[in-house]
Amino acid sequence: MKPRVFLVDDHELFRSGVRAELGDAVDVVGEASEVDAAVEMILERRPEVVLLDVHLPDGGGRAVVQRVVPQAPEVRFLALSVSDAAEDVIGVIRAGARGYVTKTISGPELADAIRRVAEGDVVFSRRLAGFVLDAFAASPGPSADPELDQLTAREQEVLRLIARGYPYKAIAKELVISARTVETHVSSVLHKLQLSNRHDLTRWAAERRLI
Amino acid sequence: MGSSKAVTSDTQSPPRRLARSRTDRMLGGVCGGVARATGLDPLVVRVAVLALTAAGGTGVLLYALAWVFLPEDGDGAGPSHRSRDAGEILAVGSIVLGVILLIRSSGLWFGDALVWPALLAGVGLAVIWRQTGAEGRPSLSDVVDLRSRRAALARVGVGVVLVVSGVGAFLAASDAFSAVRQGILASAAIVGGLALITGPFWIRMGRDLADERRQRIRSEERAEVAAHLHDSVLQTLALIQRNADDPRAVVTMARRQERELRGWLFEHDQLQADAQTLAAALARAGEEVEGLHGVNIDVVAVGDLPLDDRARALVAAAREAMVNAAKWSGDDTVSVYAEVREGEASVFVRDWGRGFDLDAVAADRHGVRESIVDRMARHGGKAVVRSTPGEGTEVELRL
Repeated sequence: MKPRVFLVDDHELFRSGVRAELGDAVDVVGEASEVDAAVEMILERRPEVVLLDVHLPDGGGRAVVQRVVPQAPEVRFLALSVSDAAEDVIGVIRAGARGYVTKTISGPELADAIRRVAEGDVVFSRRLAGFVLDAFAASPGPSADPELDQLTAREQEVLRLIARGYPYKAIAKELVISARTVETHVSSVLHKLQLSNRHDLTRWAAERRLI
Repeated sequence: MGSSKAVTSDTQSPPRRLARSRTDRMLGGVCGGVARATGLDPLVVRVAVLALTAAGGTGVLLYALAWVFLPEDGDGAGPSHRSRDAGEILAVGSIVLGVILLIRSSGLWFGDALVWPALLAGVGLAVIWRQTGAEGRPSLSDVVDLRSRRAALARVGVGVVLVVSGVGAFLAASDAFSAVRQGILASAAIVGGLALITGPFWIRMGRDLADERRQRIRSEERAEVAAHLHDSVLQTLALIQRNADDPRAVVTMARRQERELRGWLFEHDQLQADAQTLAAALARAGEEVEGLHGVNIDVVAVGDLPLDDRARALVAAAREAMVNAAKWSGDDTVSVYAEVREGEASVFVRDWGRGFDLDAVAADRHGVRESIVDRMARHGGKAVVRSTPGEGTEVELRL
């Protein structure tokens, strides 16, 4: 079954480009170019996946996630961005997005990422994996919840392989674990990223400039 | 004293503002300049100066002052100007003083009461003239650079004070002061009244001027953006249209343009400087290889270190690995991952192309061995190449 997808991006040209690239792989149920309209239509049409531009006028992609999730927790968000600025990426992930890809991603890869997010998986781009490794690299200092504030050795290995450009299947083979286990590790990293209170995570993201 | 400088032709559109002539000069070009500005024959001016010199040294005095304070032709308000002034003023000032004192002691003298006030007034006038001359063509830098504006105002102020005190001293010394006091007071009253009446007009004019300047700055900024877009984005779009049937070339051009524009928008000058860190150098190497071989090279870095010789060797080896991947793998994307942890730097260059059988590669294939493995070994690091036919290649570099 094709995933039902909603597009949010303030560039008409980009929306039509994505629609054309995705073609028959997904079922585009609607699109919006601004925060208010997006929230309203998403709540009305209940897509499985929202493809969300990080940069929108009036609060950005983050505002859309924050307003939709309380009322429709089953809607999943995949963030798309041209900026690669850590602040934006980490911000939208912490707001609740299930993944992040750059806008230069190819059509088939994007369709694949959407499918995985629709199935409840997490999609980490190489860049996001790098950001997370960087953000958690500094010694955590005193923390209220070490479980949440540190990555396990295995999680770091998985992230490092993502950053090196390995697909999940190759990661599973390299670490001699199942693809499902890889997925579990990545979900756990996302969970930590969203819930960790490491204050330096936010500060790190704010200080980090464009690459 | 007059050093001969490069001669430029000023036959076309002779400048009307008072400046020392570059072409018509015996000493400093002062007489030539004055003659041109006033329309007199240079010879007349020179004779007049000589005559004034004979009459108590005033000619020398005026000439020296003009030399110092008059700008030279084509001598824009460049940055070297002010620093040159200070030294020259000191030098010529002391010479002038010396000459004056000499003439004074020789007896050829109008008397203290005349010469000193005239000297003061002359200096003041020169300062003011020079200022108005330089303001003839205000440029953007004049407007933006507050310091130079303040300096200009200060100079005019100093000039006015010098002139007023010079004239005042002359009047006081020649006993004419009491007679003219009434006149001066009356004039001051008239001037003050005029200032009061026309004040609003001057203020408004000043404000209009400021507005105009601000708009000019804004339009210059817009012009800069437009020029940049024209030079880069529009050119690339034109190229892309022309190469529409070559997808690889189009992608390469679009990526390069994207990078360039992104750098211009977000980093501005940073991109111009040479790469100072490992991550920046790798990103640059990636861009170069991407431009040369038409594949996507995506560099992700975690941590960073300053670029020293060893790091440079690492970048060079990584670049070689990128080139190999771009040329031989057949994959259109190469992933480069750099990590700096606890003083150790590692770089991974990964493709998912056709790969090769390591054992089958002849030992005399020098590309990989020399440029990557040996280079790393020389700098105390190591390189590991992993490849499986059909599953791509990964080069791991550690330092």
